Amino acid sequence: MRRSLASQLVAGILVNSVYEMKNYPINLVNTVLSPLSFLVVIDFVSRGALIGQAIEGGLIMSMFQSGMSLQGDISHLKNDFKLQDMLVSSPASPAAYVVGMAASEIIYTLPALAILVILGAIYIHPGAVQALELTGALLLMFLTSITIGFMFATLSSDIVQSFAWSRLLSTIFTAITPVYYPITYIPLPFRYLAYLSPTTYAAEIMQNAAGSLQLSAGAVATDWAVLGGLTAILLVVVSRNARWKEV
Amino acid sequence: MGELVTEGLSKVYAGARGARALDSVSFKAPSSGIFALIGRNGAGKTTLVRILATELAPTTGSASINGIDVVREDKRLREMIAIVPQESRTISWMSPKQSALTYLMWRGFGYSEAKKRAEESLARLNLSKYADTLNRSLSGGTKRKALAAMVLASEAEIIFLDEPTTGLDPISRKDFWVILRELARDRFIFLTTHYLEEAEQLADTLGVLGEGRLVAVGSAPSIRGRIRYQYSLKLPANSPVPSVSHGEVTTGKNGEVQILTDEQEAFAISRKVSDSGGRFSIGPVSLDDIFFQLVGESTMAEEAAPGAEGGWSA
Repeated sequence: MRRSLASQLVAGILVNSVYEMKNYPINLVNTVLSPLSFLVVIDFVSRGALIGQAIEGGLIMSMFQSGMSLQGDISHLKNDFKLQDMLVSSPASPAAYVVGMAASEIIYTLPALAILVILGAIYIHPGAVQALELTGALLLMFLTSITIGFMFATLSSDIVQSFAWSRLLSTIFTAITPVYYPITYIPLPFRYLAYLSPTTYAAEIMQNAAGSLQLSAGAVATDWAVLGGLTAILLVVVSRNARWKEV
Repeated sequence: MGELVTEGLSKVYAGARGARALDSVSFKAPSSGIFALIGRNGAGKTTLVRILATELAPTTGSASINGIDVVREDKRLREMIAIVPQESRTISWMSPKQSALTYLMWRGFGYSEAKKRAEESLARLNLSKYADTLNRSLSGGTKRKALAAMVLASEAEIIFLDEPTTGLDPISRKDFWVILRELARDRFIFLTTHYLEEAEQLADTLGVLGEGRLVAVGSAPSIRGRIRYQYSLKLPANSPVPSVSHGEVTTGKNGEVQILTDEQEAFAISRKVSDSGGRFSIGPVSLDDIFFQLVGESTMAEEAAPGAEGGWSA
């Protein structure tokens, strides 16, 4: 039998976004509100001075949350419905499953992204090159968060534990780290701690591209190299260590 | 005709569980009709199913279905298998039709074909009227049927069902048997159960698993044929055991005593026990008695004490 890869991808989107959204629209509201609420607070507190960073932060948070949501959703489907067990004993490929589920998370994020992109066009108005830089950084951020999310999901055996990890990682990587504000606000030597987070590199690239942070070409190149390298390493680690089937 | 073959199959879980779940399981059985694996909770049924369904790697040994090795050729085998795992549930925010449709799409069917098959499968199981009802609104039995509809809709030739009727009421369970027979018409069904009646009613081949070891395999009549005596008398734990002139006396792990003997001797012993004020149950040998003799435990031990077996108690 000839098996359709497209169907396998669409199945994940149907189960994890289309059908779920239809029956639990509150999830969509939650996905939209989280990054926007941070944006509003930062904008009020800075009296509009940090609106650019807040929009970039919102974009990073949306992307990172996709990975964390993936973690919770895969874990929920695996542990509570035994879906992964059903798919392991079938011709479905793990890659098609993960990519389909990741795509479903993007669909959930689309409304928030659309609002943030419109706000970005109004307040940041980037040129074509800057827009490409922003898109590239967000794409790497998405891949990083998806790999982290999938890794945690396959290792988790309890949905409560999984949701706790999801919230913890989201807070550490998108609220505490300098995503919604410039890294220069953090006093030395604590600033170096921020570089332990991949979101810091994405934020620096985006803030530099939007003109709210001035970095040397070398520093920007380093940010790209670290973010790209980290994403590549995570992809390799996950493809080797994530558990599709039990051993 | 194909075969299911296991050779020295063992599984020891690593880490905190550290338990030997399967201990050198070797058997051959035809890969057609229904194979029912019987055993108490924790006997290793799920472990064996998960290994055969390529979900779990064995620690040692090998297994193959129709000549396809479950470890080395797992991808090839996955082309032809489907499973409804123990404790699997239908996804609450979807309907039975959406569940079957997306399961088929994950198996690689195009949308139109998957939709057609999903609708046909639901119709075969009399679920058409629930096709668009959310799973969370369905009864337990209907949810189980919806899970069966998912695998029935697929092209899988080999279907694993891990305790498919656990938790169902007796009527739903018997309805489900009809579905299983339907499934087994053109496919190989490997199911686990701790209901002996179910195994005896449904299975072409039975396997009896006790503490990770396969203690018997064969058809129900052939397993019955292992028992020389046709009457069973059971005494509660700590009861004085009367002398038995001919028969087999087995003391179970909970102290319960089973005496297998012929009709005349069984009634003679029961009179002795009754005269001394003891409690007992007596009846023709059932598959549960055979299980007790093989494994040293009753499959029903948690649910019914000796002497509580309706109609035969004295």
